[in-house]
Amino acid sequence: MADAQTAKDRDFEKGLDGSSTGVASFDTHSRSLLDQIQHTLHSHPAGVPLIVLLASVAGFGIILGSKFFSPFALTLILQQVAIVGIVGMAQSLVVLTAGIDLSVGAIMVLSSTVMGHFTFRYGLPAGFAVMCGLGCGAFCGFINGTLVSRMKLPPFIVTLGMWQIVLATNFLYSANETIRSQDISEQAPLLQFFGEKINIGGAVFTYGVIGMILLVLLLQYVLNHTSWGRHVYAIGDDPEAAELSGVRVRRTLISVYSLGGLICAFAGWVLIGRLGSVSPTAGQFTNIESITAVVIGGISLFGGRGSILGMMFGALIVGVFSLGLRLIGTDPQWTYLLIGLLIIFAVAIDQWIRKVAS
Amino acid sequence: MTRDTSKREPILTARGLVKRYGRVVALDHTDFDLYPGEILAVIGDNGAGKSTLIKTISGAVVPDEGEIRLEGSPIHFTSPMDAREAGIETVYQNLALSPALSIADNMFMGREIRVPGFFGKYFRKLDRKAMERISREKLNDLGLLTIQNINQAVETLSGGQRQGIAVARAAAFGSKVVIMDEPTAALGVKESRRVLELIKDVKARGLPIVLISHNMPHVFEVADRIHIHRLGRRHAVIDPKDFSMSDAVAIMTGAMEPPENAQAA
Ligand SMILES: Nc1ncnc2c1ncn2[C@@H]1O[C@H](COP(=O)(O)OP(=O)(O)OP(=O)(O)O)[C@@H](O)[C@H]1O
Ligand SMILES: [Mg+2]
Repeated sequence: MADAQTAKDRDFEKGLDGSSTGVASFDTHSRSLLDQIQHTLHSHPAGVPLIVLLASVAGFGIILGSKFFSPFALTLILQQVAIVGIVGMAQSLVVLTAGIDLSVGAIMVLSSTVMGHFTFRYGLPAGFAVMCGLGCGAFCGFINGTLVSRMKLPPFIVTLGMWQIVLATNFLYSANETIRSQDISEQAPLLQFFGEKINIGGAVFTYGVIGMILLVLLLQYVLNHTSWGRHVYAIGDDPEAAELSGVRVRRTLISVYSLGGLICAFAGWVLIGRLGSVSPTAGQFTNIESITAVVIGGISLFGGRGSILGMMFGALIVGVFSLGLRLIGTDPQWTYLLIGLLIIFAVAIDQWIRKVAS
Repeated sequence: MTRDTSKREPILTARGLVKRYGRVVALDHTDFDLYPGEILAVIGDNGAGKSTLIKTISGAVVPDEGEIRLEGSPIHFTSPMDAREAGIETVYQNLALSPALSIADNMFMGREIRVPGFFGKYFRKLDRKAMERISREKLNDLGLLTIQNINQAVETLSGGQRQGIAVARAAAFGSKVVIMDEPTAALGVKESRRVLELIKDVKARGLPIVLISHNMPHVFEVADRIHIHRLGRRHAVIDPKDFSMSDAVAIMTGAMEPPENAQAA
């Protein structure tokens, strides 16, 4: 009886017999130009910031000539961007998981303070002090990650609190004391390692810049060519789906925040090289600058989209505008105004690209 | 062949499963049995607790009480990863795909392949070529998709195509049990037919399947036994050869008493 009924119920499917057997053939209709651009950007998220970067370099090059378009000026941009670029990588990792890290700048400064004061106050070997500083940064990140993933607290709140705690610890611990550049270069030059320079025909590369470039390449590789990297994207995309399809979400989140903290501590070391001294009041704007680089670089604040290369281009765009406008001699407020416009433009583009979903 | 289940040992059993969400009792001391090589359909009203039941088996939900055994030994999954490592693959009702990632990325999420040799070992480099090739093969083998761009983001696919990916992923990687929670819900007539064929293929490979569906013709076409879930517990188990669809629906909604012998089956 059931069989007969089943057969009857299948009658309506008879029409299928002659139909094509391919099920979900992908359409290859020619699309409009705008659609194609949208699709290209969807699969190459660093495209927009790269174009903007090249256009702004070309623009300032035309306006300013060799004053801007020289190896010296161009590599100066790299030097000025190094700190934000490195901290931006930590920020990118967190933002890719659909989080945000407001404590990056504070972790960077605390780590540099630890490196300096461990060396000068306790007379520890500089190498060991640097390790302690790096460990301190990773530990702060680990706390962030644990609170976010195990206690399920919103990243914004956790890192807002962490920012205050770490910054206060930094001031209390350092007693607001700066360690002078001269003392460092005499007694612990290792702390200033990333300030060293190599000069190639007018182009000046600090070790900090080289460190930044190597790190960005390393992270680009890790995010795209290892399981961990794919999981970071999957978590930012949809944490529940990631968990159900076999990603250890909590463990990965903790590793993301810890690595972020470690990278911030590394930025703290580079910061000593850049300033020469260890100053607990340095890097006050690094937070907001790193978020700016991430947004202009096309990483979606909703998580799961964007690339670390894009963030690097974003940081460079800000660097190009700052130096270019300074060389032209405009009021620096114009820089902020333009960067504000870029941020809004970048978010609008992000929204548009996300609409590609059918 | 399917009638005589009493002589065989079930591959998967659950006894007295309880799951509460606050005041809602999603599972109320429910039992569950799956025999080797069979297609077991699970039917029930919306909110009867079908999805919750299969989630306890797939590790996505940890039951408050009760015992689950796989091949006779008790299991305590705390994450979907645990169940997968034990050979249980699941198509969830919400599909569990990462929209911004590619088809290949999704197929291999959590079970990525690394390149052989030095780079794979020390740099943990993924073998994208292999994963793309295997994904394409699996999708084609299962006759489910004709793929042109395996690197296409899942969000650019239609709802039915996405469901196809989720089904193919489970069917391709399941080694002990395949669970499908409404795998044809978003599919057209033609695509549903493919999934039903696929379910039969998986069965032909000797794997038992749990199929949750509201579609009675589909259930009666493929199921060897039907587990009727009602108010958080197993209400009856019937043989589709002995009952009509309307009987099954009547039992499911409580309009008809479940037959005596069906309770134990
Ligand atoms: N995460 C959750 N939080 C709170 N309540 C839940 C949760 N998941 C399920 N429930 C409740 O448990 C009950 C059973 O839900 P379940 O999803 O298992 O039903 P179902 O039989 O799969 O229904 P459907 O046929 O609609 O898919 C429902 O009352 C539901 O509201
Ligand atoms: Mg359900």
